[in-house]
Amino acid sequence: MMPRIVEIRQNVLKKNDLLARELRERFREAGVFVVNLVSSPGTGKTTLLREMLLRLGERYRVAALVGDLATENDAQRLRESGAQVRQITTGTVCHLEAEMIGRALEGWNLEELDFLFIENVGNLVCPASYDLGENQRAVLFSVTEGEDKPLKYPTIVNSADVAIVTKIDLAEPVGFQRDRFYEALHEARPGLPVFEVSVRTGEGMSAWLAHVEAGRQALRERVAWT
Amino acid sequence: MHELSIAHSLAELAIEEAGSLGMRRVRALYVKLGMLAGVVKEALHFSFDVVIQGTPLEGAELIIEDVPVVVYCSRCQEERTLPEPLPMRCPVCGTRTAEVLHGREMELYALEGEEGDTDDAPDRRDQAERSQEERPFG
Ligand SMILES: Nc1nc2c(ncn2[C@@H]2O[C@H](COP(=O)(O)OP(=O)(O)OP(=O)(O)O)[C@@H](O)[C@H]2O)c(=O)[nH]1
Ligand SMILES: [Mg+2]
Ligand SMILES: [Zn+2]
Repeated sequence: MMPRIVEIRQNVLKKNDLLARELRERFREAGVFVVNLVSSPGTGKTTLLREMLLRLGERYRVAALVGDLATENDAQRLRESGAQVRQITTGTVCHLEAEMIGRALEGWNLEELDFLFIENVGNLVCPASYDLGENQRAVLFSVTEGEDKPLKYPTIVNSADVAIVTKIDLAEPVGFQRDRFYEALHEARPGLPVFEVSVRTGEGMSAWLAHVEAGRQALRERVAWT
Repeated sequence: MHELSIAHSLAELAIEEAGSLGMRRVRALYVKLGMLAGVVKEALHFSFDVVIQGTPLEGAELIIEDVPVVVYCSRCQEERTLPEPLPMRCPVCGTRTAEVLHGREMELYALEGEEGDTDDAPDRRDQAERSQEERPFG
């Protein structure tokens, strides 16, 4: 029999994308706003997330999922905020996938939540390809990582909805060149909104939290309208 | 290295599709890989060869076609192909643009193999998809 070439035209990550779509639909129905935090190891995801859980937890029902290769430490740190937190230990897998989120949420009543935050595995490459059903993907860079980092990771920057510059309290001591950073970021993703924060001093926190709250509000209005 | 995960997904998808086509021996997988997909081609090749061992795909060749980044320039009102994934600027007028039309894809485009006798459904589906595609942009 002659070999033939047959068109398939299917996304390689079709399975993940379908699961992510289902999750997004579940989140929408339950009225929970979901943010996926992505960065290099040590940029400050857990530190920021803990602060967000503390502050938003005063007025909202908040929860978090934390991806990590090995330890439960980040989940422990986040639980200090009083929020519901589940650890997803990925073993050798360097990113979270929609299926892991689905499993981690088993037994949780999403209706009882206003915000769900997902801390991805510290990695700027692999998480880029995996939709988790989130409403917003936030990519974090710290001032200590160098101004041209966004140019080295265009895929993640390009897939992000918002960027956060962390440890802004260290900007001066490390000589962070703000203009160069913004230039690099916007060469990779023109128009990407940026928030500068320091958990150490509290600078920029309220603007960032207001952005997250506004995101949830906008989603709820869209749901009410449809 | 998420290429290993991606190779797994790719093999799984190809086995599934080959099965529903009644394709008996898959000789090659044609994959379109966007320059912005965040996948290292060599790593994917390597992972693929590892992953298919002992599966129905064993011995199949992975043929990857690079897909350049194509953006829409609102100033030129044209689709523009970028020579490099960065910067995200129209190569003609220099205007920044975040509207990416191509270059993120990671698609199993086609399978080559020996087909079974019956199934002609895939050809019909191809036609339907092709005619959809031919709609002008916008
Ligand atoms: N000066 C300063 N240090 C900070 C700030 N936020 C985080 N750090 C420090 O940065 C280090 C790493 O913070 P983490 O929150 O653990 O970083 P992470 O992104 O969760 O790290 P992984 O989970 O390992 O990827 C810790 O020593 C924090 O104290 C900040 O706003 N200012
Ligand atoms: Mg952490
Ligand atoms: Zn132009």
